[in-house]
Amino acid sequence: MTWINAIVQGVLVGGLYALFAAGLSLIFGVMRLVNVGHGDLIVAASYLAWSIVHATGLHPLLSLIIVAPVAAVFGYTLQLGILNHTLGKGILPPLLVTFGLSVIIQNGLLQIFTADTRKLDAGALETGSFALLPGVDIGYLPLLMFATAVVVIGALQFLFYSTGLGREFRAVSDDREVAELMGVDERRVYAAAMALSLAVVAVAGVFLAIRSNFDPFMGPGRLIFGFEAVIIGGLGNLWGTLAGGVILGVAQGVGAEIDPGWQVLAGHIAFLLVLAVRPRGLFPRIS
Amino acid sequence: MGEPLLRVEALRASYGDAPALHGVSLELAKGETLALIGANGAGKSTLLKSICGLVGQIEGRILFKGEDIARCPASRIVRLGIALVPEGRRLFPSLSVEENLVLGGKARRPGPWSLESVYALFPVLKERRRQPALAMSGGQQQMCAIGRALMSNPDLLLLDELSLGLAPAIIKDIYELLPRIAGGGGGAILVEQDVMRALATAGRFVCLQEGHVSLQGDPAAHSRDDITRAYFGT
Repeated sequence: MTWINAIVQGVLVGGLYALFAAGLSLIFGVMRLVNVGHGDLIVAASYLAWSIVHATGLHPLLSLIIVAPVAAVFGYTLQLGILNHTLGKGILPPLLVTFGLSVIIQNGLLQIFTADTRKLDAGALETGSFALLPGVDIGYLPLLMFATAVVVIGALQFLFYSTGLGREFRAVSDDREVAELMGVDERRVYAAAMALSLAVVAVAGVFLAIRSNFDPFMGPGRLIFGFEAVIIGGLGNLWGTLAGGVILGVAQGVGAEIDPGWQVLAGHIAFLLVLAVRPRGLFPRIS
Repeated sequence: MGEPLLRVEALRASYGDAPALHGVSLELAKGETLALIGANGAGKSTLLKSICGLVGQIEGRILFKGEDIARCPASRIVRLGIALVPEGRRLFPSLSVEENLVLGGKARRPGPWSLESVYALFPVLKERRRQPALAMSGGQQQMCAIGRALMSNPDLLLLDELSLGLAPAIIKDIYELLPRIAGGGGGAILVEQDVMRALATAGRFVCLQEGHVSLQGDPAAHSRDDITRAYFGT
């Protein structure tokens, strides 16, 4: 039963990893930009939520009403003001600029919030659980995280395949030049994609802050989990990203069951195994 | 005759350090179909791309309905009324046939072309409207690319290598529809490897050779030898 429990808990944690990854997957799919600052943006969202909760006394989840729009506007501006200028000149400029962004965010957070760890308190949500099977308890928080990941990815999927904006996302991803010929302003389409990515980052940041302690230097670790989920699932496939998050979560859960020290390592090993067997991930949409 | 629909003046264009056009001038009247001919690398596609706003480094003027569009972004030029059927069709692979057409209509210019009228012109597209665009045959894809360009209701239609890679019977079908496609008071520029077909279709031709205009005029007024010389530069 402990193994079943490890797997079930791993699946639920996989939802959080999928939330880390969904924004990355979206951005890479639309504009082939690898956002090295993605993890730090998640942590910055955690701090923004923390500040709002402390200033207003709102429930952490309700802080999203403010954090998500602020993050989206920031993403739109960041893309229009900076990241658009790095595109179309090879793979290095966006990597360098987002790496710089990562350094700036980490040190900015350190400056403002010090290196002390923080956490958001979501009250009964964090401790409540129900028994799925004898010995397998499902916590409300992990279940909510997983359900949120499914809803977020379902919504992104709908947006991508059933709306006009999604049509333009796919068109600029296919052929930027011809999309422009149709009257698509790709700078604004990219900015909309980044806004959406950062709205998802806000959700991930709030859950991260409720689930565990966080500090200004947690970003790169979240970025790695996000990357691994995206690549395991296959580039450009959002449901694949959810599957990737779940595989990563289960591998970590099973690893931790063998030996607590193996938790993170087991996730990386699962990632390397997938890369070795299926270099393009399990369900790739983009070659 | 009044103001021409399109007037290109001393146009120079280059990709990086490689110049492709060295001072090309031409005019196109309303309702006219112009054949643009020339050997590979003569600059035909570059000229079409420059008119659409896809070439960054250009000098000279491109006047469309009197307005200089030489430095306009492509996404604005389509709103002014120029549409390109690109070489190799370049349909969006992740969009369905209908989505390709709908995106072609994004500029929302008023005019006769809509999903219904494009489907009436190419009924096979309606049958296949839910399929991915690249699941169709080459000829059907070319119809989709033409339909996509028409959806913006252009005043000037640029057609690049319509017959490339298509079976002769399909090419004939498409050319038979060309008067309906290019008609309607606007103008059209036709780039075609098949020179004889292009000259038979168009009222006037311009021949490019290594980025210069080497010959132009009424196809009937020039001998085949003249045109061959202008084409190959012998």
